[in-house]
Amino acid sequence: MRAKLFFAVSGLLTLPAYAAELQVQVEIPKLNVAEYHRPYVAIWLEGADQKVAADLAVWYQQKDTAEGHGTKWLPDLRQWWRKSGRNLDLPVDGVTGPTRPVGRHTLKFDARQPQLAKLPPGQYTLVVEAAREVGGRELVKIPFAWPAKAPQSGKAQGSTELGAVSLAVRP
Amino acid sequence: MKRSLLLAAAVALALPFAASAHKAWLQPSQTVLAGTDPWITVDAAVSNDLFYFNHVPLRLDNLVITAPDGSRVQPQNAATGKYRSVFDVQLAQQGTYRLAVVNSGLFASWEEDGKPRRWRGTPATFAAEVPRDAKNLQVSQSVGRIETFVTNGSPDETALKPTGEGIELVPLTHPNDLYAGEQARFRVLVDGKPAPGLEFEIVRGGTRYRNAQEEIKVASDAAGEFAVTWPQPGMYWLEATTQDGKTSVPQARQRRLSYVATLEVLPQ
Repeated sequence: MRAKLFFAVSGLLTLPAYAAELQVQVEIPKLNVAEYHRPYVAIWLEGADQKVAADLAVWYQQKDTAEGHGTKWLPDLRQWWRKSGRNLDLPVDGVTGPTRPVGRHTLKFDARQPQLAKLPPGQYTLVVEAAREVGGRELVKIPFAWPAKAPQSGKAQGSTELGAVSLAVRP
Repeated sequence: MKRSLLLAAAVALALPFAASAHKAWLQPSQTVLAGTDPWITVDAAVSNDLFYFNHVPLRLDNLVITAPDGSRVQPQNAATGKYRSVFDVQLAQQGTYRLAVVNSGLFASWEEDGKPRRWRGTPATFAAEVPRDAKNLQVSQSVGRIETFVTNGSPDETALKPTGEGIELVPLTHPNDLYAGEQARFRVLVDGKPAPGLEFEIVRGGTRYRNAQEEIKVASDAAGEFAVTWPQPGMYWLEATTQDGKTSVPQARQRRLSYVATLEVLPQ
């Protein structure tokens, strides 16, 4: 009995103090337009084959309207819809959520979370796509390697529908 | 004289291929959709310019809408006006819908009491309505398909299954998965068999706003396949025509086959 307890405790002690982490920061820019609508945004990871390896977040109108949920406009996120969205059963727990206001939004994922837990090692691209009603559409990419052997960071700057997008990967 | 000319003109307008020099087409409001119950509206017209309604409407008598599960769906709010027909489609299922106007028929002309007679019908009505001993009897047959494709959610191919009659396309690239700068491949069938050497003419819409048609010409290879790399996003009209002798009645020596598809190419 005592021996079993010892092994159980030592098992706990061998867990890392923290897991590898991926942090994404997306800035939704302030725009001076007469009719402003919060953009639809999709954030995902693509493998070297340009296929979606993980959907990180999708922000779209969740409220019911006469036209149903804002799912009607998801195909405006052209690349995401084609590569992932159209094959998903929406909404997806932990991924989809309501549209976000102007400002910087930070998302953190650790290696144990479902989006990253099964990610095979390799070269990836973080892709952020935004489409705004009566506005435009923009897509930015940041390449990185997973898992990170040393801390990595990357930046991309949108010019119209996205502001600063940054990525930090911690081993 | 005048009366028979008028009659000929009237019959000519009613014939699906009277405006054979013109382009027939269906234009859907959208081809990539999402949601539980999205709707689309479709214009159907015959004109020279793409995609402008400035000639005659395309009649919807032989409109067939195939749902993703293979069943037939009825159009809604169908109307035919002066220059175009229009109809709505409710996309209650997830998957790809095939919208097609399929015109097939026999056309006959002969002389009766010194006056020209024209007739149009099917192989079934031919024996009953066309006199066996008709003088100068000319019979021709035509099979024409004018179609487009619309997908709600994830594309699939059940509705795209060839019927085996006339010219049809097998989507090696799905018709609702077309993007500017990418190559799409198709296989063309005639009566269910791959057809080599079939020539296609492909024209991007918006002809009013440029100085040349900028048509793309491509022919199917030995395996009946052809590829197109889309230069720009937009609605594209694609047509192929051919002739053969595989008629349904022996009096018809020739069968004219035609195929038109409207394909939407999205930007990257």
